Amino acid sequence: MSSEGGAIGGPSHPEGPLTLAVPRGALFTETLDLLDAAGVDTAPARGDSRSLIFHTDEMILVTMRPSDVPTYVEAGAADVGITGKDVLLEQSDRVVYELLDLGYGKCRMVLAGRRGDERLGESQRRLGMMRIATKYPRIAERYFEDTGRQIELIEVKGSVELAPLIGLGDGIVDLVATGRTLAENDLEVREEIVDCTARLVANRVAHKLRAAEVDDLTARLRVASGR
Amino acid sequence: MIHPIPPGTRDVLPDEMRELRRLNRRLIEVFEDAGYGEVATPAIEYDEVLSRGDRPSSASPYRFFDENGNLLALRSDMTVPIARLVATRFADAPLPLRLCYLASAYRAVLPQRGEMREFVQAGIELIGEPGPSGTAEVIGVLEAALDAAGLDRAVIGLGDADLYRGLLTEFGVEGEQRDAVLDRLATHDLVGLETTLEAAGIGATAAETCVALSQLRGGSEVLDRARELGGEAVERTATRLQETYETLVARGTADRVQIDFGLLRDLGYYSGAIFEVYDPAVGHVLGGGGRYDDFLAGFGLDLPAAGFSLYLERVHVAQMEEESRRRERAAADV
Repeated sequence: MSSEGGAIGGPSHPEGPLTLAVPRGALFTETLDLLDAAGVDTAPARGDSRSLIFHTDEMILVTMRPSDVPTYVEAGAADVGITGKDVLLEQSDRVVYELLDLGYGKCRMVLAGRRGDERLGESQRRLGMMRIATKYPRIAERYFEDTGRQIELIEVKGSVELAPLIGLGDGIVDLVATGRTLAENDLEVREEIVDCTARLVANRVAHKLRAAEVDDLTARLRVASGR
Repeated sequence: MIHPIPPGTRDVLPDEMRELRRLNRRLIEVFEDAGYGEVATPAIEYDEVLSRGDRPSSASPYRFFDENGNLLALRSDMTVPIARLVATRFADAPLPLRLCYLASAYRAVLPQRGEMREFVQAGIELIGEPGPSGTAEVIGVLEAALDAAGLDRAVIGLGDADLYRGLLTEFGVEGEQRDAVLDRLATHDLVGLETTLEAAGIGATAAETCVALSQLRGGSEVLDRARELGGEAVERTATRLQETYETLVARGTADRVQIDFGLLRDLGYYSGAIFEVYDPAVGHVLGGGGRYDDFLAGFGLDLPAAGFSLYLERVHVAQMEEESRRRERAAADV
């Protein structure tokens, strides 16, 4: 601390190791691989332990649903976190600092409709709006607003591909990685909305008060991800 | 029977009120001891008066009509009402003028995240004292207030509100592209920042300068690192920050200050020095302030000014966190 060392202006430092929110699910393995490549030992998190918190030499890994990462990071319960851009876009009102595009977890947010089916266009022409089923209501709303079209939003929680197949909505806005799920359900991409990859985010206060640690982790992840 | 109150508002019960009152008293004591006299202004004002100076970002979200059809508004901070008060009541008073307040203000934030629509601010305004000496006085009072609240680990980030406006002018970025870049800087979206800078076509070196600047924060060494990036705007900001910082060092109040080239405050009226308060125990910003040298012109006064405000409830949360941390450490030491 500055008063002891005599250095000018070194502000006080938070205690304890840095806490990193790690997304479970599709991004989990690649996130651990990247952390390994950046020199963070993730072995404890790799077993089939039911624990949610893992201690490495230098930081604490907290595992959670990707969509919870912004919540924990915004509140400062985690100093930094990794999650998909789709999550950040959907929760754009959360105040977190987006520091780095990690490159993996690549997928696209798309508008999809039934193959060869003209319902999307027909609804827009004859009813003045399209009925869109999605798990990403804010992204969908913003996209259609930005492109000057009206929609009726249908928010669903589970497999959104189901909706247009049985008449709930004219199309869907959803995240597509390989496109296989769409194809198997006889759906096709009509419009590309945005590309999404995994991102490194930081709590606003941690970014200021743990500057050296956050910058160091960012630099190592930047190298490890080949950005 | 349960009778609801609007979201983002709350009742305060005796246990909490006792602690808040104690905190209030300490803060006002610090302000009074530093020569700042407490004032109160009405919670509702004429919208036309509050919105003077053309700053849409700080306009009140709560407006309504009185019985004569006048448009009234709830204040969204105390800086604007105090500007109005100074212009009206103290136009010919000897300078500098030192005022403090403890008051509720209203903003249309999303509740449920530690942010309330009605909240209490405690702060000061120093009017008529320009440049580094004025800024350093305000930061000195802020430090004393944090000490009085028992937040000995709290840090004050010190930045400059004019930096990026100047820098982007230098790079020839204007109009919508300039707004887009400023927006990414304000939300600290570095990935988006790189994309918008690329779209603005300013070249790799300039873009790197902008991104690197936004990440520069720390002790006085960051002033040199900023200067290495070059350019007039950076030089101007570095010089100004250095002057303020040296004034703080001379006053012996620089220990808590972190220089931050990435700092941006969302209120439009700041110019020159800006600051924000953090405590390691809480994830939210506890308060902030800065210079608003051009702002009083909107009220017919050509006077330099600076001030800060602390969110009382958040300071209280930080107090509680710091107390329990001290307790845990004391228990561990036994």
